[in-house]
Amino acid sequence: MKSAVIALVAAVIFSAGCSHKSKQPAPLQATATGAAIVESSGGKQIGYIGTPLDQPIVVQVNDASGSGVAGAAVYFSGPARVSFTPASALTDSSGQATSAVTLGQQAGRYKLAASTRDGSGKKLDIVVEEVALGYQQTVGAQLNAQYCIRCHDSESTPERVSNMDNLSVKPHPFTEGDTLNKMSDADLVAIITHGGPALNKSPEMPPWGYTLSKSDIAALVSYIRAVADPPYEAGGLVYARN
Amino acid sequence: MKEKLSFLWRTFFGDSARAFGTMSIIFLLLLAIAPAKNHFSEWRHYQKKYLRLIRGRADAVTLERHFQGGVQQIWIPEEQVTDRCTTCHTGLKEASLADVSTQPFRKHPVIPHSLTEFGCTTCHRGQGAATTVQEAHSATEQWEQPLLPAKYIEAGCGQCHLERQTATPFLNQGRQLISRYGCTHCHTIKQADGARILPDDDPPSLKHIADKTTREWVYAWIKDPQSYASTATMPNYHFSDNDARDISAFILTQSTPLEPPLQPMAGAKAPPDPAAGATLYGQSFCASCHATQNAAGTVVGGNFGPELTGIGTKAKPEWLQDWVKNPRHYDPGTMMPHYRFDDKQVAILTGFLEAKTEPDFLANVHLDPATPQQIEHGKRLVVENGCASCHEINGIKKPENFAPELSRIGSKPLNQLIFVEGVEHTLPDYIGAKVRNPRAFGSALKMPQFKLTPQEIDAITTALLALTDRAQTQPPSMRIASVQETHYEPAGQAGQLMHDLQCFSCHTINGHGGDMAPDLTWEGTAVQRDWLVQFLKNPETLRPALIRRMPKFNLTDSEINTLSDYIMTVYQTPEFDRDSLPAAQFTPASVEEGRQLFYSKFACQSCHIADFSKDKGYIGPALAGTGMRFNAAWIYHWLKDPQALRSGTIEPNQHMTDDEARSLTAFLMSLKSGPKEAMKK
Repeated sequence: MKSAVIALVAAVIFSAGCSHKSKQPAPLQATATGAAIVESSGGKQIGYIGTPLDQPIVVQVNDASGSGVAGAAVYFSGPARVSFTPASALTDSSGQATSAVTLGQQAGRYKLAASTRDGSGKKLDIVVEEVALGYQQTVGAQLNAQYCIRCHDSESTPERVSNMDNLSVKPHPFTEGDTLNKMSDADLVAIITHGGPALNKSPEMPPWGYTLSKSDIAALVSYIRAVADPPYEAGGLVYARN
Repeated sequence: MKEKLSFLWRTFFGDSARAFGTMSIIFLLLLAIAPAKNHFSEWRHYQKKYLRLIRGRADAVTLERHFQGGVQQIWIPEEQVTDRCTTCHTGLKEASLADVSTQPFRKHPVIPHSLTEFGCTTCHRGQGAATTVQEAHSATEQWEQPLLPAKYIEAGCGQCHLERQTATPFLNQGRQLISRYGCTHCHTIKQADGARILPDDDPPSLKHIADKTTREWVYAWIKDPQSYASTATMPNYHFSDNDARDISAFILTQSTPLEPPLQPMAGAKAPPDPAAGATLYGQSFCASCHATQNAAGTVVGGNFGPELTGIGTKAKPEWLQDWVKNPRHYDPGTMMPHYRFDDKQVAILTGFLEAKTEPDFLANVHLDPATPQQIEHGKRLVVENGCASCHEINGIKKPENFAPELSRIGSKPLNQLIFVEGVEHTLPDYIGAKVRNPRAFGSALKMPQFKLTPQEIDAITTALLALTDRAQTQPPSMRIASVQETHYEPAGQAGQLMHDLQCFSCHTINGHGGDMAPDLTWEGTAVQRDWLVQFLKNPETLRPALIRRMPKFNLTDSEINTLSDYIMTVYQTPEFDRDSLPAAQFTPASVEEGRQLFYSKFACQSCHIADFSKDKGYIGPALAGTGMRFNAAWIYHWLKDPQALRSGTIEPNQHMTDDEARSLTAFLMSLKSGPKEAMKK
């Protein structure tokens, strides 16, 4: 009798040890459902390939009247090699679910989805977009932080006061895709190299061609393209016009 | 059964003709194995797939012409590179494949090096000579170095580039963190050029710790440094209550009184005026180096010196007074300058700092007087944990090679590592896990827990992965050496003064010093003596948007004269003479021409202020008093090529003609109002 009890206990412990090892995540038991899912924060970040984003993605599940629903199951998904911790979560008391994201290995834009189900089982989802900078864009980001950002970004921090408002012609922020996407790579290179007057624009944009190298300027252009919003689409090969 | 076999035998080998025919067919099949294996090989499959991919594209003809079938190889014997990666990665050099996202056909991102010059495995690792995906990319029994995950790719750059480059931000950050957190107090890291990575965290000496703080504070600090100050550098050793009790007992017992001893200041008990204290704290620019936590819980200020949020809980009042009066009394090697405060200022500032307390920190600490056994146990713990690797402790010698050397950690064979559950079997994962939580590898391990973000851990891992066998053994011509800080020390009386004021904590001169403030190597050529004297008397803000500024050290006239004479005489550039462009030769016409150039062609007012009443540029220094500050020759040469005079300055080189530079110099030299006078107008 006694040995049987010991064997039973050992078996239980053994099986407990086994189940601990198994990698299957327990399916979420949603205690509530919502009528809509919205993004709270974490979209449109600029990160680096293969590294975690600075801010987690936070989404909120709302009921029909627009207030947060606690206990709804939210599933995060994205392209291959994007990882979420956690990949699924129940919304907290304010209706929000949070997941830290590590982007994949290829530079570019990542569309990440967060989904939940409403009362009738219909899938609701929201897509947030993030940018992963590759090697060349990262170099551009560094140069931007050193040379460009104080005039081309209107945001001030205690360490870096924006100079944008001090200029008579306001520079375009690099995220301003509506304007910058219309300029060709050659134009961007020209205006960075020779300054504003090269394209008949303000001399307040100085020439950088004697300070930065050609590859530096190419890196800056690739960074500007990477962060453009709306996204920049390359024209592709053009053999002859008209 | 037997009949069947003999029937088969008779059918195929019955007579010599049949046997010959059968054997021929068998040999033919055997011969076909090699070509068939070749035909169905993985790389051939990828090459066919590539040809299908490019067929539909606009520039198919060009791409097909570039394509070369068969096994491709990059062979660079002197770098030990035999890479066949380009056999499958066929489109690496094709600029027009930028939109292709499927591997192995993706175009290589733009980098400063060419494939044929360096090969692939130099940076990416993996088995270059392999011709299957599995063998080339992963670790096998015969090959320990799998492909490096892309996020650590800058480790590849770090093998040759020992210097700091803009193009490798993570590597730079990792190397900087290794110095910043003092990893090399315990671990030796010798780079391929022979230079060691040196720590720059400057841990305090504990020789006179009893003069500075109480045993209770030491106990609570050892238990959890970050609960005292969130920015604390010291890692958490996860000591038990008893261990912390014994260590604090030992350290306090070993402390000797300062020579000459601390003296409570007479009249220091005057009620501190919080407003005056805050003003003096602000005027002295303490926040340039020290951070404090504001009401919202945000830590604001520099990270040069320790965070001061709870300094009143930590420091004894008489120590604080002594330190503020002259920090070199307690610590001759400190980076903190010796402000020449008078007794009243010391009292005001000390009172202000003492009010910054964290009462919760010591709330539950009650220590009984230590027994000799406890002190003995504390000593053992101090030796075992290598406390003296970082801190000076009376009676304990700094241990040599306390922790494993990391000079070749990036090539460490996996079979020499002990993995724990949850850590993937790769070197980067091992290093990352070890930095993240060292004690996960065994509770008896000594390495403490540092407070690092995931990104900082990746950066440190990148820097460590760059320390490979390849880096150590490659020909020296491949290396770009790191810029080593010199040991420059100015001589004489001025040298003593500069040491006392710790000019080198912020300024660099002749390759030695910090980077918070401008390089002063050629300051004597740049400025006029009168201006320098005025500036040292009362450093005014030159840059409107700067929060870190030069503090006022309350120097005496003779000290200022000594410093000015030394700077004006010694710190001159050999390139040109500071008097080579006399201001007298500038005509009003050239001044006017310079003004035109300043405001129109070069639009200098976007970044600089020449006239406080109308210009607003915030980026460069205000130029309203240039004529009082600089020598004309310096301005002229600066305008011609700013980077030549101060490398790394962000002022763009505008490629001015000699005449333009001369006229602009004339205009700038005509600006003679100080910012304060201009503000009054």
